[in-house]
Amino acid sequence: MKLPTLIRKAPHGKERDGNMPDYDEARRSFTWERARAELDVPDGTGLNIAYEALDRHLHGPAAGRVAIRYLGRKGEKQDFTYRDLTALTNRFANVLSGLGVGKGDRVFSLCGRVPALYISALGTLKRGAVYCPLFSSFGPEPIQTRMIIGAARVLVTTAALYRRKIAPIRKDLPCLEHVLIVGEERLPADSGCHSFDDLLANANDRFRIPDTDPEDMALLHFTSGTTGKPKAAVHVHAAVIAHHITGRLALDFHPGDVFWCTADPGWVTGTSYGIIAPLTNATTMIVDEGGFDAERWYRVLQDENVTVWYTSPTVIRMLMRAGADLPRSFDLSRIRFAASVGEPLNPEAVTWGDKTLGFPFHDNWWQTETGGIMIANYASLDIKPGSMGKPLPGIEAAIVRRRDGGGIEILSSSGIEGELALKTGWPSMFRNYLGEEERYRTCFAGDWYLSGDIVKRDDDGYFWFVSRADDVIKSAGHLIGPFEVESALMEHPSVAEAAVIGLPDPIAKEVVKAYVSLRKGQQPSEALRRELMAHARQRLGPTIAPREIAFERKIPKTRSGKIMRRLLKARELGLAEGDVSMLEEED
Amino acid sequence: MTEEDTRAAVLESLQEVAPEADLDGLDPDESFRDQIEFDSIDYLNFVLIMERKLGLKVPELDYPRLASLSGAVVYLETKIIGAGKAP
Repeated sequence: MKLPTLIRKAPHGKERDGNMPDYDEARRSFTWERARAELDVPDGTGLNIAYEALDRHLHGPAAGRVAIRYLGRKGEKQDFTYRDLTALTNRFANVLSGLGVGKGDRVFSLCGRVPALYISALGTLKRGAVYCPLFSSFGPEPIQTRMIIGAARVLVTTAALYRRKIAPIRKDLPCLEHVLIVGEERLPADSGCHSFDDLLANANDRFRIPDTDPEDMALLHFTSGTTGKPKAAVHVHAAVIAHHITGRLALDFHPGDVFWCTADPGWVTGTSYGIIAPLTNATTMIVDEGGFDAERWYRVLQDENVTVWYTSPTVIRMLMRAGADLPRSFDLSRIRFAASVGEPLNPEAVTWGDKTLGFPFHDNWWQTETGGIMIANYASLDIKPGSMGKPLPGIEAAIVRRRDGGGIEILSSSGIEGELALKTGWPSMFRNYLGEEERYRTCFAGDWYLSGDIVKRDDDGYFWFVSRADDVIKSAGHLIGPFEVESALMEHPSVAEAAVIGLPDPIAKEVVKAYVSLRKGQQPSEALRRELMAHARQRLGPTIAPREIAFERKIPKTRSGKIMRRLLKARELGLAEGDVSMLEEED
Repeated sequence: MTEEDTRAAVLESLQEVAPEADLDGLDPDESFRDQIEFDSIDYLNFVLIMERKLGLKVPELDYPRLASLSGAVVYLETKIIGAGKAP
């Protein structure tokens, strides 16, 4: 079937009534000062994300509006108004003060989508402390690495996750002083854990947010590169200006919208657009604790009257697998705008939404480092299926080539592939990789941030993703660093060396495949393969552990010892192996 | 194929996806995902492996019915009988 190359937006249709009826005009007139002026900044007290998300609404029409509608795993429902959430986050800020936790201290969360997560995140920001979410599906190793890098002082988690993942490593987390356990279960007093619920119930519900410098550290989000340990991208309170305005322009938020972001709270989307932007824009957020289930998800969209939906390519492809008949039995007509992020959305998926669900998916592009949406398909703009869209107003994007010996060359002709670069200066740009100034600096050339993504631009100014410049793997929305997976495999006594690549996958875009060479005396066998799978899954958790493991006699490396992951990938896919002149000689 | 065989096929499929999981202690009436580390891609792979082992097709709509050991066995037994594969 030939796919349409353009999904046109009606010249006078509902799309044109969005927040940005004319993209070109919005780009011309946009300034970050004006974007900041949309937020109500109390005189002389700086800028605090939690204030903008909650307290700001207390004297307006949103005070009694539902801020969060929580849909529990067992079918329970609980509403929190902006007023409720303000009081609860005040309580949590007071809990932190009571524990002696203050400005700049790191508060981590390791739990699913439960109200306590949102209360902790925003209460932490009120206190002036720094919030860092972790994926609850991480295994103990990635958790430990990240909590050490981030110097976690407080952890909010559940009793089950604590027992399984934290208790075994707690002695190796010297900075961790307080563990707050969410839920009814009370752990023994000598476990060093407090009950989150008890502390919250006993805390005062009034709290004065301390003066907050817009450049104060607010959030830590972990991401991965090809080599080395995970990196903790530092974001500051000023990021809220970008969260807010991108919510309006790229997701077309209107006050009173019912918004559902399906992203896991463990990654940056789950914070920027799963907590902050929908609240600063006074929408009602749906928080669904359960995992993916096609029929149930359609029911949530219908029954909760969702108007704006932000999901991921993996979810859309799973819905496509579930067929076109299923959505016909649901009324999805309230959905005004649907967007996707996580990895590039294939054109078939964009078109499938348009034909089958009655609305196209608007793909957009951004990274942990950018803190918010940078390039997007908008409500008012025609969609070219498969394209990332166009840069946000206020964002200057270019295609560049790195010069040998430093510096970059800007490639201005259309159709040429090069690295996507963004002119620095937007408020949600990361300010550092915690403790790794040098790694941070290598992300920039002059006043350009270099994204590591290879893209091209067409004659109409739409950007198209081509590939990654490095070896990181994109799987079901997660960015996975091969080094972290290889290191875990090499901890197994039978493994001599390991190399990890992303294999194309119809649902998850890529899945992690590992190649291992064995130590002398070890023989490949099905039993050993399973043992290695179990080993990796126990340490890393299912999301980043390999889904496939193959034995190799020797891992291909350059003479200088760098693993040639691209060669493995080319062999796997039956592609030309490219330049192998650097390959280490066989012994 | 007996019910025992079906149960064994379900457990073997689970073990293929999550070889680290302790399946002896599995509560047959509770969802797998509440008991072992299992994400949505694992779940999909688990269903695909079971389809291959048992030579049948599970419509996507029925996936949630395979969420626990008892649920999966009951569901697959019905499918097998429906397909005329029972002795």
